[in-house]
Amino acid sequence: MSARDRILAKLKANAPATAGELPDVAAWYAAHRSEESNADKAKRFRHFIELAHAEVYAVSRGGWLQKLYEVLSAKQIDKLLVAPGTPHGARAQAELPPLGIACPGYDAPIEGWKAAMFNETPASFTAARGAIAETGTLILWPTADEPRLMSLVPPVHIVLLDAASIYNTFYEAMQTEGWKDGLPTNSLLISGPSKTADIQQTLAYGAHGPKELIVLMIEENI
Amino acid sequence: MNAPQTPHALHFMPSAGFRARARDVVENPFLRQSFRGAMDFLMSKRAAQFPDPEELESLRSLGERIRQYNLAKLPELLETLETNLTRNGIKVHWAETPEEANAIILGICQKHSARLMVKGKSMVSEEIELNHAAEAAGIGALESDMGEYIVQLAGEKPSHIIMPAIHKTKEQIAKLFHENVPGVEYTDNVDALIQIGRQVLREKFEIADIGLSGVNFAVAETGTLCLVENEGNGRMCTTAPPVHIAITGIEKIVEKLEHVPPLLSLLTRSATGQNISTYFNMISRPRQPGEKDGPGEVHLVLLDNGRSQAYADEQLRKTLQCIRCGACMNHCPVYTRIGGHAYGTTYPGPIGKIISPHMLGLEATAGLTTASSLCGACGEVCPVKIPIPELLIRLREEAFSEPHANPAMRGQGAGHNGLTSAIWRAWGTIYGSPAIYRSFSWLASRFRWLTPRKQAGWTSVRTPMQPAPKRLRDLIKERN
Repeated sequence: MSARDRILAKLKANAPATAGELPDVAAWYAAHRSEESNADKAKRFRHFIELAHAEVYAVSRGGWLQKLYEVLSAKQIDKLLVAPGTPHGARAQAELPPLGIACPGYDAPIEGWKAAMFNETPASFTAARGAIAETGTLILWPTADEPRLMSLVPPVHIVLLDAASIYNTFYEAMQTEGWKDGLPTNSLLISGPSKTADIQQTLAYGAHGPKELIVLMIEENI
Repeated sequence: MNAPQTPHALHFMPSAGFRARARDVVENPFLRQSFRGAMDFLMSKRAAQFPDPEELESLRSLGERIRQYNLAKLPELLETLETNLTRNGIKVHWAETPEEANAIILGICQKHSARLMVKGKSMVSEEIELNHAAEAAGIGALESDMGEYIVQLAGEKPSHIIMPAIHKTKEQIAKLFHENVPGVEYTDNVDALIQIGRQVLREKFEIADIGLSGVNFAVAETGTLCLVENEGNGRMCTTAPPVHIAITGIEKIVEKLEHVPPLLSLLTRSATGQNISTYFNMISRPRQPGEKDGPGEVHLVLLDNGRSQAYADEQLRKTLQCIRCGACMNHCPVYTRIGGHAYGTTYPGPIGKIISPHMLGLEATAGLTTASSLCGACGEVCPVKIPIPELLIRLREEAFSEPHANPAMRGQGAGHNGLTSAIWRAWGTIYGSPAIYRSFSWLASRFRWLTPRKQAGWTSVRTPMQPAPKRLRDLIKERN
């Protein structure tokens, strides 16, 4: 017998006859989390992610590029990694270089340029798929066009978020979007810049991931 | 039944000598201060996350229900998980013992001629002492969680499952970095120290051949591995190297994706008082055609190591509900005073006392079950309502009762002592009968002068006990 068969045999010999009803997760959320307006969700999202040291700027649907430029200039960043296969990445790549910001695209497998990613990429720009108000959390589903390391390796990560896609809770997000029927290779919840309190419980930012997280939040009334 | 297995023994930290190690810590004011301060900090952070007692209680009940439901279906869910992970392209391995788990992991490393493995925080990898096995096989195993990196540099083990270096002061860490990291000047500025760690480890993430991680929840229906972390090193280990190996205990499975949000909320709020961790990383596949990063190979090692023994008994099975938040140790008056190393086990504190006997056998852990005042704080804060005090009492019975046939646990009766048993039996007889008790107490007060001045462990730090000259019943009689 293999280790697998021995482990399963031991467990099966001793498993209870029944597991009972499926836990009612929906009922708990219905009783404890109320619906909120889009404006309230945006406000709560902002409150919590700012508590976690992220910067949030409200922008208009057309005006985010200007804010992106201002943020980069203020931080004296002249190079931004973008995803050219996405509409926002393509726009950044078209419009920022004339303003003096180089926009290399993540268009080749990482094996060919890992050293440059780790050592010569000060900032990156991606979109968020949505967000969660309850915890101030961005939802990212990296894709072939906008790969995983973009939101991890560069010290500054700038994220474009549509405030209309903010959910109340993580539970609501996964239920509404039917995540169980199709998760991508990697899905992420990001709730601030990288941090640690491993030395004497003293909070320090920029442990291994981005030191700064900046959210450009598209709101309709701007 | 299967032949009894030889219990796994931890090589790096022998489990014997618990009392001696505990005494050392109690006599060390610096360590006591470190732990006291850290535990007060974590307790107040947790309390602030649960302002509404009704919400907390109902969420704990839901968490308990989810864990019990999933444990009841465990064998079926393990098979579903395996099927779905395999369908997704993740290779599943099974290990009954730490030795088997190490052999599987090192086998994968050797297949890829790996020289360096970067590790995200994984207590199961501590449980199997992977770093030592890797070193013996000539493979570098580097911890990348800041706390784990610090304790590895110091040649120690984590003293807390969530905050591994909680026993160290920043000055000690400053000295450690200065002496062990080439070119580093002494600084006890925490931000500067973290940046030193960041620099050292970034180079390693870039060149590592293998990334190793633990798992917080494995979702059976989708075939997804979920990881909770703040630093980003977990994401680095699972994204940057060409191969990712995850290792988990067989109990960390949930059937439904919708079981994750309540457990995640309980976990981060109970552990560090955060409403959510910085990163929640859900991995369902290796790199797909066209994707530009992520490991091309993903493996999951499922480890038993005594868990199936706990599973076999309805009461002991509750031990496996644990989601490893560490709240029980943060609230434990014993852990706060003796720290994590004194236990001599991978998992310290209350959860360590109830899970370690299944991993190491009661022969090595009988003493741990007594290191509790049974104050009940651990059970009260447990986010999935594990009745830890009840389990401690059960384990004391298992450890100290007379050895019998078909025990529920390896090492049953290991702490049994004929003299102690006889004394308790006599106590039971005396206190069970009013007539005998009256005669005994009368004799005790008459012959109190016979009480020895030295009373084993008691008088080493206390004045000797002596029966009162007059019994309570006599005093009451006099008053009336």
